[in-house]
Amino acid sequence: MNMNDVDQIIDRHHSEASSLIQVLLEIQAENHWLPKEALERVRERLDVPMARIQHIATFYKAFSLVPKGRHEVHICMGTACHVRGAGRVLEKVQSVTGIKPGETDLDMKYSLETVNCLGCCALGPVMEVDGKTHGKLSPAATADVLQGYE
Amino acid sequence: MTRISSPDQLEEIRQAILDQRDPNAPCVTVCAGTGCLASGASRVIAAFKEEIERRKLKVEVGFRGTGCHGFCEKGPIVVIEPDETCYLQVTPEDVPEIISETIENKRVIDRLLYVDPNSGEKVVRESDIPFYKNQKRIVFSSNRKIDPKSIEDYLAIGGYRALTKALFEMTPEQVIGEVKEAKLRGRGGAGFPAGVKWESARRAAGEPKYVVVNCDEGDPGAYMDRSLMEGNPFSVLEGLTIGAYAIGSHEGYVYVRQEYPLAVENLGVAITKAEEHGLLGRDILGSGFDFTVKVHRGAGAFVCGEETALLMSLEGKAGQPRPRPPYPVESGLWGKPTNINNVETWANVPLIISKGADAFTSIGTEGSKGTKIFSLVGKIANTGLVEVPMGISLRDVIYKIGGGIPGGKRFKAVQTGGPSGGCIPEQRLDLAVDFDELTKAGSMMGSGGMIVMDEETCMVDVARYFTRFLTDESCGKCLPCREGLRQMHRILTDITEGRGKEGDIALLQELAETAQEASLCALGKTAPNPFLSTFRYFSDEYEAHIRERRCPAFACKGLISFYIDPDACRACKICLRECPAGAIDGDKRKIHVVDQAKCTKCGVCFEVCPSRFNAVRRISGEPVPPPIPEEQRMISRKSAGQ
Repeated sequence: MNMNDVDQIIDRHHSEASSLIQVLLEIQAENHWLPKEALERVRERLDVPMARIQHIATFYKAFSLVPKGRHEVHICMGTACHVRGAGRVLEKVQSVTGIKPGETDLDMKYSLETVNCLGCCALGPVMEVDGKTHGKLSPAATADVLQGYE
Repeated sequence: MTRISSPDQLEEIRQAILDQRDPNAPCVTVCAGTGCLASGASRVIAAFKEEIERRKLKVEVGFRGTGCHGFCEKGPIVVIEPDETCYLQVTPEDVPEIISETIENKRVIDRLLYVDPNSGEKVVRESDIPFYKNQKRIVFSSNRKIDPKSIEDYLAIGGYRALTKALFEMTPEQVIGEVKEAKLRGRGGAGFPAGVKWESARRAAGEPKYVVVNCDEGDPGAYMDRSLMEGNPFSVLEGLTIGAYAIGSHEGYVYVRQEYPLAVENLGVAITKAEEHGLLGRDILGSGFDFTVKVHRGAGAFVCGEETALLMSLEGKAGQPRPRPPYPVESGLWGKPTNINNVETWANVPLIISKGADAFTSIGTEGSKGTKIFSLVGKIANTGLVEVPMGISLRDVIYKIGGGIPGGKRFKAVQTGGPSGGCIPEQRLDLAVDFDELTKAGSMMGSGGMIVMDEETCMVDVARYFTRFLTDESCGKCLPCREGLRQMHRILTDITEGRGKEGDIALLQELAETAQEASLCALGKTAPNPFLSTFRYFSDEYEAHIRERRCPAFACKGLISFYIDPDACRACKICLRECPAGAIDGDKRKIHVVDQAKCTKCGVCFEVCPSRFNAVRRISGEPVPPPIPEEQRMISRKSAGQ
């Protein structure tokens, strides 16, 4: 990641230590993961210890300390989706992509995560790919959706 | 637009907006909430804009992308005003017809209307649809009337009248008095009286004081806060500003989950517009009162919905709760007095101030006033957000509004209150829904999720599911929660996978009691509820799992087998083709047999077997009959029905 971009993000938050989470969120959004150099820069400019940055980056689920695939696949495992068969959708995604939740495939095509509720309970089971929500999924429809991504 | 510097100027601007609008002119409104967008609303919106532009219509047609209407199941939702003609599951291909038929010729398109599944009757007006007709929409009613990004729309429906009244006609004490008299209780879960909290914050020593909107809606199965924040952000901001005035705060924060990008976006637009119009910032409406609001996005931690954890997160730290007291109203953000309320609570405030406490208390029960928004989801015909008066019976919510259980299945339980809530069984369906009654039934109001479960939901599995959720979301600070939940989850998993043993229940009860007594925050204290409430009402299911290795709901994979009844099988090959594990042996005219060693218990064969044969049986708690001998598997032509 370009350090100028990191600097710009930090500038937007006036280098305030209390903005640590917001700064990391923006880096994550732009780069899809938090590279070590970026965290070093944050440490330096926000003047917070690396231990605290590591604590934040591992405590909150939005952050990743390893590179992510081109497409971020989120399977909702919220209650409404659970009772409507989210488990089977997840099994299908695992068999299509060959990865388990938390993993990224070797081609860096997909990263798979389970999430606890996307708030689209009326449309369950729900899968989100790169922020786009796909609802009322059957395992077969799930495979079709994934095939649409390069 | 210039800053509005007096109440008179606000009214002039409101009048100017209303003068420009003809209430009888046709206006197409499309729901642009997350649910409808996921169902393709953005393409419908684009199609409408293009078609209205292209046609050069004789009459002027308005267009509006609105907030969530609540009936997300049937999206995209299109409502044509002023007749309120409601079309459901609209596609871009329907758009030219809607313009030519409904707008130009005032004819209703039958096939897009709601059809009552019981009577087969079609319903034209949105508010006549049973799902809406039996609700009492007050807080949520504006969502469908306004574009959430348009302050003009909000002013047109009377927005900011309550703030004007509070700032110019009431003292802060009077505002607090009104909210206390309205007996408004916090909608986020605990149900603490909002007015009492405000009063403590006002009296607390220390400056500056902060007000916070809790929109960290982490309960799976609940999304009313998201829909309010997305659909009507100005109402939340207006409520927050009134609260800030009452408490004596000049700085506010809105804590929103980052999983809700549209809520973050619409809220950001609303704050900018309110600032431009002088409804936020310095000297609001010329009253001399200053108030600014900042947005803080959560980074994905369920525990941050707990107020002390939320404050830690606002300070840029890991969201770990701390013991209370001191409560945030005395020592909150940066150690200063901080008043935190949930989105829905804040959105109720302008209504109480403008209509008065009496109007608010005319709805509801003795201890719980006003309405509550629930998200009615799971195994229910009409899924969506419903706003109902406190005190309505669960039966009315599930059957009159929700339309009952789909697929002819039997109702088993409704889970309320989020992961730490409880399951309420059929025999308690006449319970009047309010804060106190739900607690008495062993559940809680929580933020208002209502997840309906039918006969195919296993209650032990539900307890395991929620306990796993809470184990994952435990922040790890205190031991009873961190380790106790882990052990509870392990035992519950054993039970659902057929390894349950005598003594498990007693151990679960002991762990539950310890977590309830000794955990630091509400997450740990209430975490045993999923086990306790399911055991309270469904102990027979626990016993069946442990003693008979039987799952009565046929949901726990470790305890069920699939078996093809040789007398019913007609060798149609459907299940054989569909089985993803290749576990079914058979051929044309050769009876199919499940290879139990290969079967992954996915249930596909059970679902695809044609109902006229019904040959696939689910077996639990008893041995699977041996497969029929090879030489008896061929079906003769005659018995195959030819």
